[in-house]
Amino acid sequence: MKPKVVREYKFPQTKEEMPFGPGSEAGVLIDVNSGWRTLMPIIDYGKCNKCLICWIFCPDGVISKENPQLEIDYDYCKGCGICAYECPKKAIAMVKEGEKVE
Amino acid sequence: MSELKMEKKHFLSGDEAVAYAVKLCKPDVIAAYPITPQTVIVEKISEFVAAKEMDCQYLHVESEHSAMAASMGASLMGSRTFTATSSQGLLYMCEMLHYVSGSRFPIVMVNANRTVAAPWNIYGDHRDSLSQRDSGWIQIYVENAQEALDATIQAYKIAENSCVSLPVMVNLDGFVLTHTYELVDIPNQEMVDEFLPSFTTTNKLDFNNPKSLCFSASPEWQTEFRYQQYEAMEAAKKIINKADEEFGKIFGRYYGGMIEEYRCADADYALVAMGSVAGTTRLVVDKLREEGKKVGLVKLRSYRPFPKEYFQKLGRRVKAVGVIDRDISFGYEGAVYSDVKGALFHPGAQVKTINFIAGLSGRDITKEYLTEMYQKLEAIDKGQNIAEVQFTGLRWT
Repeated sequence: MKPKVVREYKFPQTKEEMPFGPGSEAGVLIDVNSGWRTLMPIIDYGKCNKCLICWIFCPDGVISKENPQLEIDYDYCKGCGICAYECPKKAIAMVKEGEKVE
Repeated sequence: MSELKMEKKHFLSGDEAVAYAVKLCKPDVIAAYPITPQTVIVEKISEFVAAKEMDCQYLHVESEHSAMAASMGASLMGSRTFTATSSQGLLYMCEMLHYVSGSRFPIVMVNANRTVAAPWNIYGDHRDSLSQRDSGWIQIYVENAQEALDATIQAYKIAENSCVSLPVMVNLDGFVLTHTYELVDIPNQEMVDEFLPSFTTTNKLDFNNPKSLCFSASPEWQTEFRYQQYEAMEAAKKIINKADEEFGKIFGRYYGGMIEEYRCADADYALVAMGSVAGTTRLVVDKLREEGKKVGLVKLRSYRPFPKEYFQKLGRRVKAVGVIDRDISFGYEGAVYSDVKGALFHPGAQVKTINFIAGLSGRDITKEYLTEMYQKLEAIDKGQNIAEVQFTGLRWT
């Protein structure tokens, strides 16, 4: 489930637009976190039986179960690998970012 | 002092005077962790709360770090908040001090000045609070129990001013002020309410207007937030003076805001002092004036923000300035001295200076010592060669 974005963050253009101290309206996402990732999880749908263990364990809640297949939101997945570690079917591979995936 | 004011005189210690001030300020939340010589403050407040004379949340926390963290949590809910500490306790909450000032929460804390270990000792000097110089807190130093009470009330007025919105640390000397008794006027509640309206802020969490507070800022934006703190601290200079004037109009007691001069108008030699030693210095000034010496006292009340502009002018009108530091920054000199000297030597100043390291870990700064300090200022003015940093009363070198 993708985090709800209230609005795109508009960076201050003038001194007056600066927030008062380090605080602002809640729910504003300034940037996606995918740049932090070294390894990306890839689901092998041939092995996945949708047991939802990964969905439960994902610390960032980026795995969605609404569609027929589980989907990972790569904008916010930071590549921790917990889903791959926990998957009882070994259906999730951690692949080095940038390497070609079949 | 108008008779209409009807304040009542009480025989109080400095700690008790602070507790009465806190009661009058009606904080919503108090986070308390005991440490000598501050403990009496939070003990007395707990008695007020138990007797239902105060309506507030009184939190028994497990450490000073937690005390400041809890205070911050309360403040970010829009509560008026108080805590108190001393020495090792202040050092233990150091991390949170920066969090609070950087997040702009106007918490008021009283620090009972006590030295820091080692050598371990519970008595007073300014090494605890001066070590937190750059924590972004306003630091006020008081001379007696009455001023401790009054400055605590003023502290909320300063901290909660929307141009400032910074935390304030009121410092009173351990034991010399915290545990000695004097006659103190306790203002009546109506007068304090007139001076200090209830706390309102937009810098808080709110169900109807959800916010993220205390977030991180990238290298691209950190400087702008630091500049906000810088500007707030500069703005605080005027607000500290204004709060003192407004306070004086209502309560009849004026402290001079950031600085109080005592017999300095025509002085050749001035001693700069913070805290309780200012009282003894007044007596010495009076005595030396009787002998025809043109001496004066500059009582530094606000260490941060620092009254730079005042010292720039002082440097052009006196011949020699001595700074009493109940502190030493090893490898350089007393911290207060460095700041005073930096401001004094404004272009055009020919002033000579000496740093007196005195009153460390509760050692008395006697009238004899203070007289000697003025004599040294006169000597250096007349060309005698005197080491810049003097350890007062040192047994041997």
